[in-house]
Order: sequence, then structure tokens, then C-alpha cells
Amino acid sequence: MKVEGRVFKYGDNVDTDVIIPARYLNTANPDELAAHCMEDIDKDFIKKVQKGDIIVADKNFGCGSSREHAPIAIKAAGVSCVIASTFARIFYRNSINIGLPILEAPEAVKNIKTGDIVSVDFAEGKITNKTTGKVFYGQPYPEFMQKLIADGGLVSSIKKNTK
Amino acid sequence: MGMTMTQKILANAAGLEKVKAGQLIMANLDLVLGNDVTTPVAVPEFNKIGKEVFDKTKIAIVPDHFTPNKDIKSAEQCKLIRDFATKHQIKNYFEIGEVGIEHVLLPEKGLVVAGDVVIGADSHTCTYGALGAFSTGVGSTDMAAGMATGKAWFKVPEAIGFEITGEFANEYISGKDLILHIIGMIGVDGALYKSMEFFGPGIKNLTMDDRFTIANMAIEAGGKNGIFPVDEKTIEYMKEHSTKEYKVFEADKDAEYEKVYKIDLGKIRPTVAFPHLPENTKTIDEVGKIKIDQVVIGSCTNGRMQDLRMAAKILDGKKVKKGVRTIVIPGTQKIYLQAIKEGLVEKFINAGAIFSMPTCGPCLGGHMGILAAGERAVSTTNRNFIGRMGHPKSEVYLASPAVAAASAIMGEIYNPEKL
Repeated sequence: MKVEGRVFKYGDNVDTDVIIPARYLNTANPDELAAHCMEDIDKDFIKKVQKGDIIVADKNFGCGSSREHAPIAIKAAGVSCVIASTFARIFYRNSINIGLPILEAPEAVKNIKTGDIVSVDFAEGKITNKTTGKVFYGQPYPEFMQKLIADGGLVSSIKKNTK
Repeated sequence: MGMTMTQKILANAAGLEKVKAGQLIMANLDLVLGNDVTTPVAVPEFNKIGKEVFDKTKIAIVPDHFTPNKDIKSAEQCKLIRDFATKHQIKNYFEIGEVGIEHVLLPEKGLVVAGDVVIGADSHTCTYGALGAFSTGVGSTDMAAGMATGKAWFKVPEAIGFEITGEFANEYISGKDLILHIIGMIGVDGALYKSMEFFGPGIKNLTMDDRFTIANMAIEAGGKNGIFPVDEKTIEYMKEHSTKEYKVFEADKDAEYEKVYKIDLGKIRPTVAFPHLPENTKTIDEVGKIKIDQVVIGSCTNGRMQDLRMAAKILDGKKVKKGVRTIVIPGTQKIYLQAIKEGLVEKFINAGAIFSMPTCGPCLGGHMGILAAGERAVSTTNRNFIGRMGHPKSEVYLASPAVAAASAIMGEIYNPEKL
């Protein structure tokens, strides 16, 4: 799978309360959640984001609450991939489980800024900053997770393997 | 190389003699938890799997976040999970009247004991490490899978050790100050993907309520779990609250820790985390004059008897500063009733505070005490992120019940030792 999009860059410790504030968690509807994605730190995000765009952030992206609404909101906003130096563990798990592609790639993060056009080839873990021409490689998924992703997420994987 | 306490529990749950850090395992679950925010996302995923629940006695559904239903959408979410619980005869579904804040309620109901493996679709599920259980927060899809299969996959975590010695210098210093101190020291990703293992001769000087508070905030350092050894206090607590059989696991002497921090409880000061991260800590001596508009005492972090007793002791015979909205929230109905019996509620009300039914309410900016732009709260809760308790331009300062109560009286963040 390959994706390409324009980058929205954020700093350290982007928490799930700013990805989707709890005041909107009285619904589980992905489109309603997406409408408020990132609004407490970037009011313009949802106005500007286009299908395929990429979020790039520094360390500990997705820290805080376990709300799966956070990766759901990002995915429903049209974001094709999140690249970060590190991810908080529950967010990491949730993203894999719901099929939001994420990559840990600290070197790439250092060399990508807002507005850059970036492409990602997941098979190779290859990240190309098309604006600067630089190429980076993200941490490959462990085999176990590759299988989960190939099965289409956790629920599909269970269905597939218990029949 | 030996195993840590966490690793031993995980090995046992996976049916393995030995596990090591980094290993991926499939573990049997003793309890799967969800609340009214996360369960509505889990139910459709569960339905896609198309199986029955693995064990209707080993699932707990606790509608505590937006309850009593704050609006129509919350009511619809709660109805969805109530219908699910009824359909699948979930034994531990807690309706209004029985419900409390999940991480205060479950130990009180005896649903978690030492040696258990628990996942919860709530990040503060790590609270049960206080009982010597492995428990960790997951998302809704993991909850759905757990309800269907009774299993979850884990990466066996590396460990950070905290060797605790001594005892707190005075009664105004508690577990909250210790965990805020630790988060300030290692940062909000200081324990990322790792277990936080507490041990040492000072553990015996921590009450069970202190331990719940400390384990509760392991997630605020990025930890997978926080865990305490089982001692006399743990056993006494479990005997009082549970009939479940417990298993005691002890870390091997040669267990591997990436790092061991030595902490003398006697040196811990009342500690406050400034906006907008729990790692932005200052001791009370460094705080300066910060005026406040609201105080919240409660939550899964500090809504237990010890917390309410301390707050009541400080507020007894005093008045909260005019204009400081002071909201006290017990963790469960049992705590609510006990607070009435002990006369704590009378003290709160006479001091000018309000005393609410159990709810997560204001902690996550849900309801029951939302902040306007520019307002500041001192709160005994666990997060002070941007917009956490309301307007993105409001501020939350995390502190202990003692500091919160003293601050309510003075109208500014205040040292309870000086009252």
C-alpha cells in the first residue's frame, strides 16, 4: 500500500484530548468526531485537511485517554497515515486495530515540515519527502502485527482465525 | 535473568514457564472492562465477530463518564450498552444507583484481585496494579475482542523499578504527591511501553488508597502498567472486599530493570502539576501565588475514603473562599454513604462545597463543573491537557486532596501544612 499527501506537523505529546475533546464523546459517529478533530490545538485543521493528507508529529503522539475515537476521528478526517517519533502505546494499539496506518520514524519527523508533500510505501516502510527529495525508513511492524494488518484489523483477524 | 512481577503474571496468564521483555504473547483475561464512552464503540465491533461473550461473569460495564445521562446523545449511548448488557446477561453491569467511578468501584466490589490479568477500555485501568494485578488500558476494539475470546495479545514490557524507602513527612503528603513527583522526574513518556514496578521497605507505609492513586497515574508517565507487591495491607483489603481466589507473584531477585529510581518518601513535598502536562510539576514551595476559580476533589485518582477524610479535615469549620466553586465527588455509592455516616458531607456543605453523586463528570470536561475561558481549577484528577476540563483556554492544576482543599479555602494554590 502506498499513500501520498500534504503534511500537518505537530510537536511533542499530542494527547487524545486535543485529537478529539471529551466533550464530543457522547457520540461514536466517525464523521461527527472528525468534524472536531484537532480543534483545540489547530482550529484550521479540519477546514484544510484533504483526503490522503498525513499527520507528522514528535514524540508520544496520542498520549492520554484510551479513546479509540481519536484514531477514528483522524481516519474519518481523511488522514492516510500518522508518522511520529514515538506513539503512546494505547493509541498505537488502537490504530493498528482500526486500520489507521502509523509509522515510528524519528529521522523522518525531524526532516518533514508542515506543507511538505510526503509519500509512504508501507511494504518497505519507506517515507519520501517529495518536497525535499529526502528518503527515510520507518520501524517495520513485527510479523504478528503485519498479519493483523493483512487480515484487515483485529476483528477480521479473529473472524478469520476462529472459523 | 529472572522475571519482574509483571512478567511473571503475564507468563502465568499465557501458560508459559518464562517470558522475556519484547516477547509477544496471548494471555487469558480475568476481567474485561468498558465504560459508557468506550463500550458503545466496542459493541458494533463485538457484533461483527459474531460470537457469544466468553464469560458473562468476567465482563464489567460501568457507565460512569456522562452519567447521570447529561444529554440525549449520552442517554442513547447508555441505552445501547444497557441493552447489550441485558442481552448478554453481563453480571457486572452497574446501573445508576449501583454505579461508581469504574476504577474505584471494581476493587471495592472485589472484581479484581492479585495475580489477575485485566484489560479495560479506559486508560486508567492500570489502577488495579495496586492489588498486585496486571491491568492495562486498551481501546474499544481490544475490549470487543476480549469479550469474544477472553484473550488479548501483549508485548511483554521492559520494566522500570521504583525503590521506595521511608515514610511521608506529615499527613498532608500522600500517594498523589509521590506519583506527581515521579511523573515530573521521568516525564509523560518516561515509562512508555514499560511496566512501573514499585518495591522496597517504604511500600508498607503506603495505604491501599495511596497505592491505587499511584498505580492509577502510571499511564500519565506513558506506562503500560504500574504494580505493587502483595503485602499484609493488600491481603487485608482483598479479604474485606473479595471472595475471589488470589495469586501472589513476586519478582525474581535477578529480575531485569532498565533503571531503578530510589525514592525516600520523607523527601516528597506536596506537589502540583501545572498546565498542560502532568510532568510540569513544582513542589508547593515553588508554586507562587496562583488564584483559582474552581476546586474538584474526586475521580478515579482521588475519590476514595482517605481522600474525602483529608479534604473534610481541612475544610472542617472553615469556609471556601467566596467565588471558588468547590465540587467534591465520592468514587462510589459505598463511599458516598460512608462519607455521610462519618459526618464528612456535613463538613463539606457547611464549608460551602457541593457534594455530588459518583461520576467522572468534570475530570474529562464532560459535565458537572466545566471551566470557561481563562478560568483555573485545582483538581485531584489525573490530566491537565489543553481543554481537559472545559474551554481550551482554561487551566487545570493537578494536586492532592489536601492541597485542593487548602486551595479552596484560600482561593489560590495553597500549602495545607500552613493552614
